[in-house]
Amino acid sequence: MIRDITIGQYYPADSVIHKLDPRVKLAGTIVYIVSLFLFQSWIGYVIATIALFSVIKISKVPFKFMVKGLKSIIILLMITVIFNLFLTPGETLIQIWRLKITKEGLMTAVFMAFRLIYLILGSSVLTLTTTPNNLTDGLEKALRPLNKVKVPVHEISMVMSIALRFIPILLEETDKIMKAQMARGADFESGGLIKKAKSLIPLLVPLFISAFRRASDLAIAMEARGYRGGEGRTKMKPLIYKTRDKMAYIIMLLYLVCMIVITRMI
Amino acid sequence: MAIRIENLSYVYSEGNAFEKKALDQINLIIPDGQFIGVIGHTGSGKSTLIQQLNGLLKGTSGKIFYNDQCIYDEGFEMKKLREKVGLVFQYPEYQLFEATVLEDVCFGPKNEGLSPEEVKERAIEALNQVGLSEEYYEKSPFELSGGQKRRAAIAGILAMHPEVLILDEPTAGLDPKGRDEILDQIKKLHTERGITVILVSHSMEDVANYVERIIVMNKGCVMFDGIPREVFQHYRELEKIGLAAPQVTYVTKGLEERGWKIDTMVTTVKEAKNAILKSLGK
Ligand SMILES: Nc1ncnc2c1ncn2[C@@H]1O[C@H](COP(=O)(O)OP(=O)(O)OP(=O)(O)O)[C@@H](O)[C@H]1O
Ligand SMILES: [Mg+2]
Repeated sequence: MIRDITIGQYYPADSVIHKLDPRVKLAGTIVYIVSLFLFQSWIGYVIATIALFSVIKISKVPFKFMVKGLKSIIILLMITVIFNLFLTPGETLIQIWRLKITKEGLMTAVFMAFRLIYLILGSSVLTLTTTPNNLTDGLEKALRPLNKVKVPVHEISMVMSIALRFIPILLEETDKIMKAQMARGADFESGGLIKKAKSLIPLLVPLFISAFRRASDLAIAMEARGYRGGEGRTKMKPLIYKTRDKMAYIIMLLYLVCMIVITRMI
Repeated sequence: MAIRIENLSYVYSEGNAFEKKALDQINLIIPDGQFIGVIGHTGSGKSTLIQQLNGLLKGTSGKIFYNDQCIYDEGFEMKKLREKVGLVFQYPEYQLFEATVLEDVCFGPKNEGLSPEEVKERAIEALNQVGLSEEYYEKSPFELSGGQKRRAAIAGILAMHPEVLILDEPTAGLDPKGRDEILDQIKKLHTERGITVILVSHSMEDVANYVERIIVMNKGCVMFDGIPREVFQHYRELEKIGLAAPQVTYVTKGLEERGWKIDTMVTTVKEAKNAILKSLGK
């Protein structure tokens, strides 16, 4: 039941996008998101759409997985659309009582909706095609220059990758404990707020205990294997740019130039 | 309180990249008062199957009848079912949460809505059955050793007085004495109260010593279903799927290969002894 929740879930597939260096994908996602805010005209949307859907197609991740991520922003999306629709001044199209829908409002609402949707889809491509470990590796390497200004980049990325790794484990554990308590007649659904909160105790106590136990086990296991921070630590799979990564950068650049030139010209 | 399973299949994470068919067209009838052993290699679907029996997992297709009533019917009282079908999970010690052992064992009967006196009575009785004496009642469950935790957790289910008791590898990680104690207790409950017991185990010896019927799971299907001495005759097939027959079955088989005239349909040490004595003409 609880396992069906997907947070930044990785979708294993054999595609070029999956194989790209995580730094390329990070950069690509940033470039794409920035590009979404560079234009106002419809031609920009055409280019952004073509780019996004080509990448999705190449990634071999079924479209319905991409769309799953959108469910979480549906409320945000509605609020944005409604505010833009009714609160943008301009040429009135329809008037219902004191609420006016203007031509400009309609345009902004539609454009904003698209921007938001593309933003989520764009970043879903990143999380669906990159394992959490790979992603933090990429982040670590990309942010390494910050080490010079005393930002503990390695530690931060280690914390991130452990946290990401533990999300599915804890979800699984929650599922298991919930079932075990339900077998003893626990009821997590009915009752008022206070009763519901109380009914969570049999779930939360074992969950916390197991989380602490896991944390201390992991710490001991890491020390036993000689972990002592990022200093001088090498990687089993060092990130090295390959031809396809360089090509991806060039394509990214071309995309950005295209976007700027075409939206300025038309 | 017979349970009938009809064409039951179960798929984990359906429609997802991680889709996994764990049960495939299971058909079983579990009559009242049987002591059943379920064996199968890791990942064969044993835990999945038993979670179906008290409705914690709902079959993707197929039906389960409890006393001729389909448990998936609208208005079927799952809570009542879970009181009657007690399930002890694999590693049940992770479900302990109360401040004291006694209170933790009280959790189940309390949820059944019994009076406080009755709840306490049942908890104490259950703790006795698993061999936890009074000195442990007021201890925190987290101070206990692994085996003691296991006993406390099993007591938590026994206190609910289930009519069908399901145990998922209750003895994994226990010492031989603790293992025998717990299994003997369960056997006693089975004979005294006539409850149905379903025991999931990786130990062929345990299964041979205690159960009257064995269900062998393989890749989500029921491969064999019968009395132990018959099922263990298929020891070659069992070996192919990573299982085995009890050691004594091999002993008598080995003697037969060396020319003895001996009954090889044995599964326990006692049976083997009798067979060997008989073959020696004593
Ligand atoms: N929550 C889950 N989500 C997805 N797949 C699962 C889940 N639980 C089990 N499985 C898969 O279903 C199959 C059956 O698992 P199950 O736990 O029933 O096996 P088992 O026979 O109890 O094994 P073991 O002897 O190791 O306890 C396995 O292949 C497992 O990978
Ligand atoms: Mg199991």
